[in-house]
Amino acid sequence: MTGAILFADIDEPGLATLDVYRRRGGYGPRLLKALQMPREALVEELKASGLRGRGGAGFSMGTKASFMPKGQIDKYLVCNADESEPGTFKDRELMQKSPHMLLEGMIIAAYAAGANRSFIYIRGEYAQQAVIVERAIAEAKAAGLIGERILGTDFSLELWLHRGAGAYICGEETGLLDSLEGKRGNPRLKPPFPANQGLYQGPTLINHVETLATIPHIVEMGAQEYAAIGVQNSTGTKLVSISGHVRRPGNYEIELGTPARELIYGLAGGPGEGRTVKLWFPGGSSSPVLTGDDLDVSYDFDSLAKAGTMLGSGAIIVADDTTSVVDVALKTAQFYKHESCGKCTPCREGTNWTVKMLERVKSGEATPMDLDIMASVCENIIGHCLCVLGDAMAMPVGSMIKKFRGEFEAYIEQARAANPWGSGHAPVEALEAQGALA
Amino acid sequence: MAADVDGVNGGSAGDQAPITARHPGESVRRWSNGSRVPGWDDAADLSKPPAGVPDAATTPVPADLRAEIEDYMARYPDHRSAAIPALRAAQERHGWCSPEAIDQVAAVMRLTPGYLVAVASFYDMLELQPVGRRSVYVCTNISCSLCGADELYARLEEELGEDPGVNLRHFECLGACDIAPMASVDGVYVGPIEPGEIAELAEQIRTGAAPLPAKQLLDRKSADPGAAPR
Repeated sequence: MTGAILFADIDEPGLATLDVYRRRGGYGPRLLKALQMPREALVEELKASGLRGRGGAGFSMGTKASFMPKGQIDKYLVCNADESEPGTFKDRELMQKSPHMLLEGMIIAAYAAGANRSFIYIRGEYAQQAVIVERAIAEAKAAGLIGERILGTDFSLELWLHRGAGAYICGEETGLLDSLEGKRGNPRLKPPFPANQGLYQGPTLINHVETLATIPHIVEMGAQEYAAIGVQNSTGTKLVSISGHVRRPGNYEIELGTPARELIYGLAGGPGEGRTVKLWFPGGSSSPVLTGDDLDVSYDFDSLAKAGTMLGSGAIIVADDTTSVVDVALKTAQFYKHESCGKCTPCREGTNWTVKMLERVKSGEATPMDLDIMASVCENIIGHCLCVLGDAMAMPVGSMIKKFRGEFEAYIEQARAANPWGSGHAPVEALEAQGALA
Repeated sequence: MAADVDGVNGGSAGDQAPITARHPGESVRRWSNGSRVPGWDDAADLSKPPAGVPDAATTPVPADLRAEIEDYMARYPDHRSAAIPALRAAQERHGWCSPEAIDQVAAVMRLTPGYLVAVASFYDMLELQPVGRRSVYVCTNISCSLCGADELYARLEEELGEDPGVNLRHFECLGACDIAPMASVDGVYVGPIEPGEIAELAEQIRTGAAPLPAKQLLDRKSADPGAAPR
């Protein structure tokens, strides 16, 4: 590891204040350098750095910025700080401890995109973090870093913090835009993509907290040096949130391409004494699960895709061998059922019925055929909705059924033996045999 | 604390005209045998036009609430964007998005109450039913439940009983899996909560004290060994 980039000074006392952040090199020559570069050169620099979106989709940040139309129209930059993917908590730590890094990244990204208005959409639950970011914005505005003619250049930027009110779907970019417009957070049909018609129908660049916070460092280091970190097609460092059955849960900054075993056992300490990893989510609860046999996979975008899963938001959730896979599947499905916005039928009905079938598995009323039905429900959700919320349930649940089918079947048998009549009435003969009617 | 809650409940029922249309967030009321209580499906009166934008002259709005909402509205190119912050501001003052609170926001924002109810019903943190003033969210998503969040929730529910001043609920992943199992008490994140600390936490929630001061998230150092301060 060449050294931390985002987390380099993260525990510095007072890093959230402008003074300490400046002392650590923030808002320094790199900001002026970026604002004096021609826009196209800056976008090219971002492209050359190979920086891929850290929110889940992993799309090249520079390419996305280059889709923004030219010309004098109202353009917007939106920072997606609605970090709701189960298992993910890296943006929370970043915003809480180093909010100015995000603001500096937003100034540069807005300049690259030609946007003069920007918003941070932070999830409503992050009340304490919202106060910290709000304070940082006020400081930056007072210091002339946000506002008219920043640092004497002719670039002006308006920036507001917008707090959500508790909806997972508002982390989806078009759902977020609707929510920011003051509506219910229903995702929109794509295309048109936000770069053409986004917020208030204007061209909009939407990026994630971690992506934006990386930008000042890319400007400072230069694209070539940044691209040298990591592996091909997955450059740079990534914050991973490791949680679940590990001894030292937390956020770690890693170089992309580190083996997963090193992350789970090396950094996070692995599961407790005498336990082994049974399954793990490599990129939040929306990613298909991997088992204890897959620990040697290299942790980067392409290797995980090859292993049939995804890097997603970089949240590793570990479950050890004491965990019942049925419980994990049910928890996952219940979450997506609750968070489905209800706009598309496959997702609304599919998540609901998957939960019902998993509850039947638990209560002993299911047969192995239910597993096939669940698998076919999952297949019929994927790719058939406006957004990927339904897919995000179907992929992990489908992968659990595929990889742990034997355990599901054994569970069904056991639950049925324990509760032979399900929720129905036992026939009189059976009750007589038990002596229940005597 | 208790007086606040009484005021909210009494206020909405007492000094307002009876509400004819059923509240949208309300679930169907049932007898203990499961059948529906008569009147549950009374239709809205379709012969009347839907409620329009409330008349500013007859809808009193507290000056501070009006100022806060107008400040939000000035931030966005389209003033409707202020709907969520404005509803939250009203909820802070009324305890929940009561019909009165919705009318006040509608009067300032020049929107119909129907629009605002539609928005409020989408978001988990906007309450369309009267709830306790102190909100306690327990994360029971995957990471936390692997670490015992379901037991935490059950114990807290038992300790707090039917306290009308507390709004205890399960919540989607709160983004603090590193301190699992955890809870958010009025936005203050605490964790990891040991079984032995639950009674103490419940007492702090009841009395309105700071929850588990030693376990608050903001004081926590980063787990990353590379993040040590220089």
